[in-house]
Amino acid sequence: MKHDKIERNLGWLLVLIMVAISVGGLVEILPLFFIKETIEKVDGVRPYSPLELRGRDIYVREGCYLCHSQMIRPFRDEALRYGHYSLAAESKYDHPFQWGSKRTGPDLARVGGKYSNDWQTQHLTAPRSLVPQSVMPNYPWLAKNDLDYSDVGLRMQALRVTGVPYSATQAEYQRNVKDFGDTVARTLHIPDAEKNLIAQAQLGDYDTNPGKLTELDALVAYLQVLGTMVDFKKYDDDYFVKFR
Amino acid sequence: MATASVTTNEQYNYDIVRKFTIMTLVWGAIGMLVGVYIASELAFPILNFDIPYITFGRLRPVHTGAVIFGFGGSALFATSYYVVQRTCQARLFSDGMASFTFWGWQTVIVCAALGDVLGYSQGREYAEMEWPIDLLIEVVWVAYMAVFIGTLMKRRQPHIYVANWFYLAFILATAILHTFNNLAVPISLLSMKSYSLFAGAQDAMTQWWYGHNAVGFFLTAAFLGMMYYFVPKQAGRPIYSYRLSVVHFWGLIFLYMWAGAHHLHWTAIPDWTSTLAATFSIMLLLPSWGGMINGILTLSGAWDKLRTDPIMRFLIVSLSFYGMSVFEGPMMSLKDVNALSHYTDWTIGHVHSGALGWVAMITFGSLYHLVPRLWNTPMHSMKMVNVHFWLATIGILLYITAMWISGIMQGLMWRAFDDFGNLQYSFVESVAAAHPFYIMRALGGAFFLTGMILMCYNIARTVRKGSTELEGGLSTAVA
Repeated sequence: MKHDKIERNLGWLLVLIMVAISVGGLVEILPLFFIKETIEKVDGVRPYSPLELRGRDIYVREGCYLCHSQMIRPFRDEALRYGHYSLAAESKYDHPFQWGSKRTGPDLARVGGKYSNDWQTQHLTAPRSLVPQSVMPNYPWLAKNDLDYSDVGLRMQALRVTGVPYSATQAEYQRNVKDFGDTVARTLHIPDAEKNLIAQAQLGDYDTNPGKLTELDALVAYLQVLGTMVDFKKYDDDYFVKFR
Repeated sequence: MATASVTTNEQYNYDIVRKFTIMTLVWGAIGMLVGVYIASELAFPILNFDIPYITFGRLRPVHTGAVIFGFGGSALFATSYYVVQRTCQARLFSDGMASFTFWGWQTVIVCAALGDVLGYSQGREYAEMEWPIDLLIEVVWVAYMAVFIGTLMKRRQPHIYVANWFYLAFILATAILHTFNNLAVPISLLSMKSYSLFAGAQDAMTQWWYGHNAVGFFLTAAFLGMMYYFVPKQAGRPIYSYRLSVVHFWGLIFLYMWAGAHHLHWTAIPDWTSTLAATFSIMLLLPSWGGMINGILTLSGAWDKLRTDPIMRFLIVSLSFYGMSVFEGPMMSLKDVNALSHYTDWTIGHVHSGALGWVAMITFGSLYHLVPRLWNTPMHSMKMVNVHFWLATIGILLYITAMWISGIMQGLMWRAFDDFGNLQYSFVESVAAAHPFYIMRALGGAFFLTGMILMCYNIARTVRKGSTELEGGLSTAVA
């Protein structure tokens, strides 16, 4: 029996194991970086503003993804409950992705704009005051903690290294003006990050407490933008199917 | 005889095996305690107590980290170091490096748990540890690889025993998975925070390639290695089929790596990846059952041991749960079944029938076999081993039954329409309906935890009366 040789030869055993365990990943994952149809061509998807980004960090910090998905599947019931199925393009700037794997609570991929800032604030602080049967923890500290935005520039810089089009130079800024328009390009400019963050929080007043810039401001700003970037009225239903 | 035991004493490093064995028990008790607590939080959310550090979202990674990497990981270090020395008839390649893997790995688990409660998270399931901890894992793992491969190179047996193939595949695969899934850019060298290198669909594929194969290699291949040593040893019979072990080994390690994308059915990844993953998941049933059959049939001709030997019972029942969950897995990877089961408690039930039924039960059986040999004394109480077996079995059955019911119920409620074509239930109605089953699940977990604590007590008593010196070899060893 030939296998006897492999059992006696550690080198062969190592090489053959490496080959056997490498093939699957190479065939299934690597092409996704090169096949263009993996990410749909669609207008409107932009990187997060500094405030939304900090909100997303808090979402990750609190482990929200362990109970809430952000990935609507193409089923009739999910369309009625949550809206249009999620596109790959909608999370193309998500480092890491937050699709989730469990719905102890509902999907949040299109929660943006569904509830008022008031509702979100109240619900995050004390969920059972609005939804008596909810099993979500209270998050009262979000409204109390001042938002630390001292390193928001560093955060955007790190994301820029991964390929998110935040701009550090004038040339990159001009590219963003071309790609995203003037208003969005300004929020993506790293040197103005803190200024933009404060301005958005003051304008939006997400935590319904104008005097204070809290973690709740950031988290609600993030929740309110989820799933709102693509205008689905602009596309036929079959348009996205061809990318699948 | 006396000279034989003396050479054994010098020949093998059992000290490192003892250390990892103790930590297996410690992390098992801690990890399962946290598990029961977070299960109770879902049943009674008041238990979150408005304290950031103990919310479900922060404690869940503590639970998964402590049981997978603390309990499971320590058990694998302990048994692989034991098995590789016994089957190669050679002492570990380096005592110093082995000791480093012990302290390094324990540091990893403690830092990971602290990081989780403090909110340092990469936001990736089972890989929440931030980049400094990931780097430490990388270093420890390379040392582990060196010790294991170095020992295989020193072997005095021409053949490498089958258990070592599985351990080897697990060590290599874990190195690859850990490295590629944790590629990230830190925001500064002084900060714990980092962002993953990949985004969206590619990031999701990488994560579930990792997540699925953490199950496939860390929690399956490696524990099959454990099975291939301890089942024949405890049964006192050779492995049922050599040929089957060859075929199912290569089949298992090749096929597992393709199946990860079944965690992403109906999501925004391309259809071809998800179809490919489903196909390979179905094929995976064959080598998986190959392992189960090979293990269970090793007992043929000695079935009476199931009645008389509670350790054998642990081992064989673990293989039965293994066979059941590797049938359930491919079934759930069918797109139509997955459409119902995904996002529900069914998945949680599935993973626990594997984790409690297979991983934990085979570990319990192996440790009950190992401890008397490491401390040179019989178990303090075989009656307690038997009680442990029943506590664990009842616990698992309560747990997975609760999750099957609530999972299928959630799936059906979410897709139910009324006569007018509207959704029949609001989401929160499905949350309320799951409440009794969340209590039942926590109860099942409590049974399992009680068994785990009983095991800790039983082994503590055994260790106290035992000795790490071999009887008769004591004076010679000192001289």
